[in-house]
Amino acid sequence: MSGFDFFLAAISPYHISIALGGVIAGTVIGALPGLTATMAIAVLVPLTFSMEPASALILMGAIYTGAIYGGAYSAILLKTPGTPSAIATTFDGYPMAKRGDGDLAVTLACLSSVVGGLIGAAFLLGLAPPLANIALAFGPVEYFWLAIFGLSLISALSEGHLLKSLIGGTFGMLLTTIGVAEVSADIRYTFGSHTLIGGIEPVSALIGLYCVPVLIDLVATPGRHLKVTAETRGFRLPEALRLAWRHKINLVRSSVIGTLVGILPGAGGSIAGLVAYSEARRSSKRTEHFGTGEPEGLEASESANNATVGGGFIPTLVLGIPGTPPDAVILGALLVQGIRTGPKLFLEGEGSIVYTFIYGLFIATLLMLPTGLLIGRYAYRFIITFPKALLVPTVAFMTIIGTYAIRNNMSDVVIMIALGAVGWILDRYGFKPSPIVLGLILSRIAEQGFVQGWTIGTARGDVLAEFFARPISMGIIVFIAVSLFYPVIAKRWRLYEEAKNAREN
Amino acid sequence: MKIFGKIALTTAAAAVALTFGLAGAALAEFPEKPVNYIIAFKPGGESDVTARFQQPFYKKIFGQDLVMSYKDGGGGAVAWAQLNTIAGDGYTIMGTNLPHIVLQPAQKDVGYTTDEMTNIHMFHYTPDAIVVKDDSEFKTVKDLIDFAKANPGKVTLSGSAKGSSNHLAQVTFDRLAGVKTTYVAFAGTAPSSTALLGGQVTASWGYTTVPPQYAGTRMLAVAMEKRHPNFPDVPTFKELGFDMVSGAYRGIAVPKSTPEEIRVKLGQMFQKINDDPAFIKQMEDNGFAMVNAPYGPELTKFMTKMKGEILTSAKEAGLIK
Repeated sequence: MSGFDFFLAAISPYHISIALGGVIAGTVIGALPGLTATMAIAVLVPLTFSMEPASALILMGAIYTGAIYGGAYSAILLKTPGTPSAIATTFDGYPMAKRGDGDLAVTLACLSSVVGGLIGAAFLLGLAPPLANIALAFGPVEYFWLAIFGLSLISALSEGHLLKSLIGGTFGMLLTTIGVAEVSADIRYTFGSHTLIGGIEPVSALIGLYCVPVLIDLVATPGRHLKVTAETRGFRLPEALRLAWRHKINLVRSSVIGTLVGILPGAGGSIAGLVAYSEARRSSKRTEHFGTGEPEGLEASESANNATVGGGFIPTLVLGIPGTPPDAVILGALLVQGIRTGPKLFLEGEGSIVYTFIYGLFIATLLMLPTGLLIGRYAYRFIITFPKALLVPTVAFMTIIGTYAIRNNMSDVVIMIALGAVGWILDRYGFKPSPIVLGLILSRIAEQGFVQGWTIGTARGDVLAEFFARPISMGIIVFIAVSLFYPVIAKRWRLYEEAKNAREN
Repeated sequence: MKIFGKIALTTAAAAVALTFGLAGAALAEFPEKPVNYIIAFKPGGESDVTARFQQPFYKKIFGQDLVMSYKDGGGGAVAWAQLNTIAGDGYTIMGTNLPHIVLQPAQKDVGYTTDEMTNIHMFHYTPDAIVVKDDSEFKTVKDLIDFAKANPGKVTLSGSAKGSSNHLAQVTFDRLAGVKTTYVAFAGTAPSSTALLGGQVTASWGYTTVPPQYAGTRMLAVAMEKRHPNFPDVPTFKELGFDMVSGAYRGIAVPKSTPEEIRVKLGQMFQKINDDPAFIKQMEDNGFAMVNAPYGPELTKFMTKMKGEILTSAKEAGLIK
């Protein structure tokens, strides 16, 4: 079969309709904080037993890609990332919504997600087998440095509050140590409590730290949640398209970053969004506007996180190593179907399933444009027109359901609310939620990488060489140095320029 | 008043209907409705995948659904500590794992004890195995031992978290072979095998499920009584003179309030799935090995034996006192 036949198989009415259904379901699920792509796919797995493998993959891929995009809604409209992948979306998405540009932000998020998804899928289609090797090139030490790099971005993203951000990040790292350590299996900091054995689930912490303070502020302040402009402006699609076209380099760069980070099994969408965001911020002419509602920041985060979908499928399908948590579920469903992943899947003759699926992923991504715009418009209308007295209890209820659903555990809900209260108080003193959540997510990766790197280094007789003499590690260390000291240098430079200008005038 | 009367009447009627409904359910043939199957780990892990293998067979044989839900946390401990608080009507079952349910309570107070777990079936295990890359210089276990003897502590072996079956196997093997190797714990088989494929470690203490899933890997020996049907060329450790049979065992437990006849019935039901040739083939093709221990004396004997073995090797590993 030629590539065109696979394409024809993918655009059968049946496949288009399951892709459409999957995208819609995924978008709605992703928009609700706590309901994740992983869970949505896990629930649907039995349904796929009776389907053809390629169709099952298309359905699961469509849900996945929709859910990653859906996470943008709550990030933009409620300042609460629906999934960790959307953390960087809150930085500029929420300020945009706050000033009355929520409709534009949602439309722009949709466009960026589609671009990111298409670029990620293109890499999957064309370069999957060679790119899969990237997943193998990253050892424990590289993951350690990558996590430190992610943490160092805290400083780049928090000009002016550097110290407070670092304290917040450290607080998040401390929270991670509670419970059973993932690799050493030690039980730490539970103080004899059985409730704390399960530790602090990152997504429930994320919901608490972001969403509860927003809810408290909504109740505590008299104004409207988001600024409402009098005239209806529709999708503001032409405006969004113009913006996207102007920032095309940003979109492509962010999508490539997203794809590459997606290939790394231990990294995940949150790192992808952050790296793309900080790159966009660094290379933009409007650096100082980032964090105040700059469309470029939103585009970077949203295109990068949707690109991780295609990127994550690369190690999953080529090596059998799940790139992301939803990929692990999809891989399990494929095993039940009797499909063996591996390089053979991509060879001529046996490749029908995988290529039909990839074209299906393209179609699902394209379908995200009309459905995302429509759902986004309703979500925006709902948030701005729904009376505050009803909005707060509705969202509060959703956060509880969402938190419970992650692990079917009531203690997660209690921890979520407690962290929310703590987060609100900390926020008043200038400690923002993002560093805390990043610390919580990344220190897990950092700890594992460190312990493993240390063990291997000790066995080889040279711990220092293990950590500092590997080429990829050295590259990441350079990035870390740049991102740590960039704000300081940038500030000095600006002061110098200002002083020079003052002298000249 | 009238309204209240009406509500009271409706409630009473509902209560009566409920009581009869429940009594009816107990009398009729079990299972009458879908069974909730709680997995104590994240979706997509091996505990989930093997339960997924059972799912279509359960539906085919008993005409009802097995519905998965996930209660991840504390390496399974969170779910297992809650098991006995669930109503024991047979419609909620939970996956259990060895060595976890023996080792965790022996190490610390985790909210349950091994004997509080009412297992109704142990259905398979994933035997421990030494796995290397296809192009590895080690062709046999002897090659590896010779190298390890010449370079004490330098051989690194990736595997699942500390206290896992992989870890216990590493400790046992080192003692039996008289070598000293370094165990590098990872957060599961997937990252551990990734490290192997990426050449980060010398070899891996993995499972017989690794080569079917990760192309480019092969096994030096498997910790089974007899050779795995899917890998007739790979010797067992026993053949090579190392007396070790071990792995990650998986079973199903019910809340302890579950009536005896339902325990027996569930045990027989899952044994019936285990007897299905298509199920056996699917499990073995993916590298799993069957265990057939349904509720009753067989299971009690099996659990006593396993508990003894696990506690002994955990003591050797210094995991418990």
